[in-house]
Amino acid sequence: MSFLAFFEQMAESSWSVALHESQYAYSIVESIHVWTLCVFFGTIAMMDLRLLGLTMPGVPISEFSRRMLPWTIAGFVILVITGVLLVYAIPVRTYQSIFFRGKMVMLVLAGLNVWFFHSRVYPKVAAWDVGGVAPRAVRVAGALSLVVWSCIIFSGRMIAYNWFDCDRQPQPAIVNFLTSCVPND
Amino acid sequence: MDLLPFFQWCYDTPIGEAIRNSNWMFALIEACHLVGLALMGGAILIVDLRLLGLGLKKQPVAQLASGAAPWLLGSVIVMFLSGVPLFLSEAIKCLYNFPFWVKMISLLLVLIFTYTVRHRVTQRAPGSVGPLPDQATALISIGLWFGVLWGGRWIGYS
Repeated sequence: MSFLAFFEQMAESSWSVALHESQYAYSIVESIHVWTLCVFFGTIAMMDLRLLGLTMPGVPISEFSRRMLPWTIAGFVILVITGVLLVYAIPVRTYQSIFFRGKMVMLVLAGLNVWFFHSRVYPKVAAWDVGGVAPRAVRVAGALSLVVWSCIIFSGRMIAYNWFDCDRQPQPAIVNFLTSCVPND
Repeated sequence: MDLLPFFQWCYDTPIGEAIRNSNWMFALIEACHLVGLALMGGAILIVDLRLLGLGLKKQPVAQLASGAAPWLLGSVIVMFLSGVPLFLSEAIKCLYNFPFWVKMISLLLVLIFTYTVRHRVTQRAPGSVGPLPDQATALISIGLWFGVLWGGRWIGYS
C-alpha cells in the first residue's frame, strides 16, 4: 500500500471524520499541542542554555538533566499523542504538506542529536558538570538542539498555511515533487 | 469608554497594513511569537516547579530565579515585539474578541504579579517569611499565564 493510499484510508475512518467535523475537538487538541510546547521546548531550551553556559552556571548539568528530563519526556508524550490526532484529523493534506514533511525530517535530526548527546557526550558529564565552559561537543549539541527545535516549531506552525497545497496549482515542479503532488488537470 | 477610535488607529498603522497586505508576514511573525512563547515557558516553569517542590528542588529558589530572570525578560520582550505587530494587523477583530481581552487582562495581572509578589517570594532570605506561600505563588503564576495562553490560542478560533 502506498503512503497516499494509507492516508486516504485514514481519512475515511469514522474517528478522522469525527475529529475533523467536531466543533471543538480539533481546536482543543491543537491548543493542547501548542501549550505543551511550553513544557517541552521550555525545559529543552533551559537545558541547552545551561549547556552553552548561558544560564545558572552554578547548577550542575547532571542535576539539571536528572530533574528536568522527566518533564521534557512527559511533554514529548503529550505532543506525540496530540500530534498524531492532528494528523489523524486531516490526513491527506498533512501528508502532502511541505512543512509537515520538513518537520518530520527535522524531528529525525533532533532525535539524532539527542542520541549523540546522551550516548557520546553526556557519559563524561562529571568533567564539566559545574561552572566554567563545557567542551565544544557539549556546546555544539546544545546549540544544535536550540536551532533544530526552533525550526520544528516554525515549520509546525506553517502547516496551517496552504501556500504550497496540492489543490493550489500551478506550483513550481520542485514543490510538487517535494509534496508528492500529482496535480489533476 | 469608546475604544474603537484607538483600535481603528492601531489597525490603520503602516505596520498593521503591511502585515495584512502580505501573504507571509503574519505567519512568520506568529512563528517567532510561538518560539518566544516556548522559551518563556521554560524560564517560568523552572522557577514555578521549584516553588512547588518539583524539578530542581536541591537548588535554592533565589539562584534559579536569578538565572532565569534575564531569559524571562528577554522572551517577554520578544513576545511584545512580535505580538504588537500581530495585534496591529487585526486590531478591529481583537476589540470584539473575548479571548483577546482574557489574554490582555491575564497578561497585565501576571506581569504585575511576577515583578512584585513573585519576585519577593523568590528572592527572600532562606527561613524568612515571604508575602505569599511558595506553592500559592507558583499556582497563581501558572494559572495567570495559562489565561494568557488560552486567550492567545483562542483569538485565532473566533
